[in-house]
Amino acid sequence: MQKIKKLWHIVVSFGVLIIIWQLVATFGGFNSVLFPTPIKVATAFQELFTSGLKGSTSDATLISHLVASLYRFAIGYFSSVIVAVFLGLIFGWFNKVYAYIDPIVQLLRPIAPIAWSPFVVLWFGIGDIPAIAIIFIAGFFPVLLSTITAVRNIDPIYLKVARNFGLSQFATLTKIVFPAIFPQIASSLHLALSTSWIFLVSGEMVGSQSGLGFLIMDTKNCIRSDALLATMITIGVVGLLLDRLIGLVENLVAKKWGFGVTKYINKD
Amino acid sequence: MYIEVKDVSVNYDNNFQALNHVSLSIEKGEFICLLGPSGCGKTTLLNSIAGFEKVTEGEITIDGKKVTKPVIDNITIFQNYGLLPWRTVQKNIEFGLEIKKIPKEQRKDIAKKYIDMVGLSKFINSRPHQLSGGMQQRVAIARALAINPDIIFMDEPLGALDAITRMKLQDDILKLSKSEKKTIIFVTHDIEEAVFLADRIVIMTPNPGKIKSIVNMTIPHTRDRTSENFLYARDKIFEIFNMKSEHKPAPEYFI
Repeated sequence: MQKIKKLWHIVVSFGVLIIIWQLVATFGGFNSVLFPTPIKVATAFQELFTSGLKGSTSDATLISHLVASLYRFAIGYFSSVIVAVFLGLIFGWFNKVYAYIDPIVQLLRPIAPIAWSPFVVLWFGIGDIPAIAIIFIAGFFPVLLSTITAVRNIDPIYLKVARNFGLSQFATLTKIVFPAIFPQIASSLHLALSTSWIFLVSGEMVGSQSGLGFLIMDTKNCIRSDALLATMITIGVVGLLLDRLIGLVENLVAKKWGFGVTKYINKD
Repeated sequence: MYIEVKDVSVNYDNNFQALNHVSLSIEKGEFICLLGPSGCGKTTLLNSIAGFEKVTEGEITIDGKKVTKPVIDNITIFQNYGLLPWRTVQKNIEFGLEIKKIPKEQRKDIAKKYIDMVGLSKFINSRPHQLSGGMQQRVAIARALAINPDIIFMDEPLGALDAITRMKLQDDILKLSKSEKKTIIFVTHDIEEAVFLADRIVIMTPNPGKIKSIVNMTIPHTRDRTSENFLYARDKIFEIFNMKSEHKPAPEYFI
């Protein structure tokens, strides 16, 4: 019932949006090159899916652009979060190390990932690496900082148990600290995923010859606002799906760790 | 003596004296309750014997060896249980056994034995958050017993539980302590709890934390909480805390 209601909300909201869009396009008197109608965008979708953008230097279809983007995204995102979680555990655990690292992190953090792109392009050239590097930077800081904070604020009882059972520092980190803060890490992974997806497009706009970000630039150069809009919608939908996917993972973690769960099997 | 606390003081950085020249001897197999109001240093004393806290002056020895850090042979049970929420009940109980590198099959058998002992066989695959507070504390007790420790330290283990659950667990802890023959040091601020459980009650007072007196309990276990002897003993403790003025006629024996 709840699901049907939700589906109804989605159908109505998009239905109304498309109707308004069509009305504005019909009666607004805009140049159709600058303001495409829903039908034109749908046709552009079909074109992008089957033959790729006409008049483009690349003959890649929307699917192959999407695959290129997802490939970079996967590499950039996963390498970023693995490194960030690992360093976060180390920095959070060894306070003395972090005292020296913190000023540098604080300086680097406010620099927009895209600001690194000229350097990245100069160093690595055009291709997969610029986008991957920018996704890496985009995902890195949120995960690093939440991991550090979580380690430093870990419930002291876990550490007491670890000391009592004679765990080494390494075993304490792997057997106690990491699982204990995993729920916080999971929510930072969620945040980083959304940020990374946003920056993927910027990364591909400056340093790639394929991918959804490249396609944005490509449609701009071909003055194809209908195809541009189709690409934007694709970015939105895929981003939303990725977000839902990690949301499911997060729920699984929450269930396993029992956060927000107060269901008792049986009271004494 | 098995545990010797020799003239121990613990000072904190801000010049607060948590323990002031405390001495105490404990025999193997004794059930000792450290009883007193907040700030009397009972938890500090427990943490010092357990090795969590460094003493500023004096020395603590267990079986002749000086205490410097917590060891796996002496397990502490906390008020908020200290279970690992990402592990099932069974895996929580196996935790100490894993660290002692006991083989998997053997771990399973040992875990099962102690889960049965604390009456939670049905919940072997549950996770801590699915259990009530009293059940979680039973898991913590099973986890402690599973590695066959010499001493069990209990830091207000029943403080977060409702009165009826608390009494049930008092019964169980007493039974287990006698059947497993463990030395137990139990911190509480509940006078009745101490009178029910202890072989000896160490009464502590604050500012600075020190031992006021040590009461030998001679009422045989299991004590009846409503018997005259029990109530008389309880009154006597109230008196030591200056919380009572009138005198009652003494029954035949209590101490």
